[in-house]
Amino acid sequence: MKHKTFMAFIWPSLLAMILFIALPIVSVGYQSLFIEHEQVLKEAKNCGPFGCTTSVSVDAEAMNALREEQPAGRYNGLGTYANGSHLAFDEITEIFASSQNFGEIRTRIMNLPFYKALIFTLAYTFIVTPLVIILGFIIAIVVNSIPKALKGPVIFFSLLPMLVTPLVGSLVLFWMIDSRGVIGALLQALFQDPSLSLKASPTLTWITLFVYGVWHSAPFAFVVFYAGLQTVPQDTLESAMVDGASRWERVRFVTIPYLMPLATFIALMQLMDNFRVFEPIIGFSAAANATTLSYLIYNDLRAAESPLFGSAAATSMLTIVGVIILLLPVLRRNWRDFNRKA
Amino acid sequence: MSIPAHRKPPSLILLSTGFVLFWLVIAAFPFLWTMWGSFKVEGDFFSRADWMNALTGPVTVKQHGSAFTLDGYEGAWIQQEFWKSVINTGIVTFFVVTISLTLGTLGGYALARSEFKYTFWILMAALVFRAMPHVTLVSGYLLPFFEMNIWGYLPTTIIVLVAINQPFTLWMLHSFFLSIPKDLDEAAMVDGCTRFQAFRLAIIPVMWPGVVTTGLFSFLLAYNDFTVTSMLLNQDNLTMIPKLNGFLGSTQEDGKVMYAVAAVVSAIVPLFVLILFFQRQIVSGLTAGAVKG
Repeated sequence: MKHKTFMAFIWPSLLAMILFIALPIVSVGYQSLFIEHEQVLKEAKNCGPFGCTTSVSVDAEAMNALREEQPAGRYNGLGTYANGSHLAFDEITEIFASSQNFGEIRTRIMNLPFYKALIFTLAYTFIVTPLVIILGFIIAIVVNSIPKALKGPVIFFSLLPMLVTPLVGSLVLFWMIDSRGVIGALLQALFQDPSLSLKASPTLTWITLFVYGVWHSAPFAFVVFYAGLQTVPQDTLESAMVDGASRWERVRFVTIPYLMPLATFIALMQLMDNFRVFEPIIGFSAAANATTLSYLIYNDLRAAESPLFGSAAATSMLTIVGVIILLLPVLRRNWRDFNRKA
Repeated sequence: MSIPAHRKPPSLILLSTGFVLFWLVIAAFPFLWTMWGSFKVEGDFFSRADWMNALTGPVTVKQHGSAFTLDGYEGAWIQQEFWKSVINTGIVTFFVVTISLTLGTLGGYALARSEFKYTFWILMAALVFRAMPHVTLVSGYLLPFFEMNIWGYLPTTIIVLVAINQPFTLWMLHSFFLSIPKDLDEAAMVDGCTRFQAFRLAIIPVMWPGVVTTGLFSFLLAYNDFTVTSMLLNQDNLTMIPKLNGFLGSTQEDGKVMYAVAAVVSAIVPLFVLILFFQRQIVSGLTAGAVKG
């Protein structure tokens, strides 16, 4: 295909991606260097029969004029990145200087909003992803062995948790684990503790979110593995059987190696999707105990008075850096494959 | 097949049947439970006394005379105007699917047929774009959109969703096009077709399965989106998912939480129907990326 025809076919798609994905990233980078205007205050003197009082208020007119002039705010350089709600260099130095032991350092770092979100996001990504792959694989093996007539309905119901919106899915579970809901009541009866609530402690909230994550994504791994199982070469399986391999050995030495590329694919998709986990935090109202990087950005943009664009943009830039670090091995591998082909 | 070596010991059959049932309960029970519960009043769905109340609904019987009530649905759809959001969701999904498929088939075809180095870079860029958390992009849009005064309109949201959807659509259609032999369009061009005619007359007719599958996933993305729609639409033209999230914030009073339950069920039912009809396409779509690339 000639360059010209290629461009003729692809330009609308490229334009959309440049305008609404590439440029916004530039815009985020630009915004992260600015910070909201300081409030312009004015003093008003009220004189009444009992003397004069001065009151201080925000000068709305002057503020509007300022915003008109510089919509992004005033220039702050890299200040936003370094402040307490982002990388918090000063706070970290202070914590290391004044803390007695490791436990204290940990608790104090967990109180810094950015690190709290980063640690949860990483924990979620690296705990949910392997569990999804393992559970999905087990379901696929088992479903593959049941009678054919049952497979359709099983796949139908398995797809639900994955295709339903994360927000809706997490709400459905959230209502069930409510202390007045069915699972919440069941757990209370099981542990004989009428005050047990999954929402109360950070640990339980974390576990609930991990369980949700696995529930939501396992069907994806299941379907991919299930499709892969249909293509496992039967003669290899049979020759393994002739060689006296047991059922488990056949899975271990034939099926698993054969499905390895699929596991890599699932891992890649899951890493990308789990790193941006966001809706479950809202669905489970978990923000007090667990936040994620995406949630921090959302929260800044939703700030009560006016959106904190600078702060949201700085968190966004740091998140993007995280995504790129996460994808680096994949990109490198693709690059090597591509060069080998060329 | 009943070759003796393939026959399984009964203990294994028991174990695997048990596991499948266990998984089915985990996957399906929450939805069935919520659907059943959405026809009850709050006192039953969130019962302090006994969880069995959610099944039999004694409070619902006391208040309405029957074990089922449409109160939640009436409150959500009519009182809180959920029907408006349903229409908005319809508009948004329709246009997102049509536009992303049009752009995606053109682009995916070009990527599958060109052998120059830049196709690799475009695909890699698309992969990185696909991994971007949507909310980081939204924080890039908000300020410019406010400045240009295009914030809060459906068309803006549609275009943004199309763009966010492009990397995925391109990858998927690209791998579908790769599976169609090159000879097909080359033969058409030998017969005197231009490149575009070959694309339209020779390739598109055999591409329908791929287009339908990709369309399904574009639909799901637009239908399920919360991040973009909740930040880019104003209160009057929200789509279903952000609207339903609004119910949670404003309706802490007695009984109102059932509006949210009813809305959640209303949002799930279309997906149920979708899976019912398109199960095979969805499964093939999920695996298309895996098997081919």
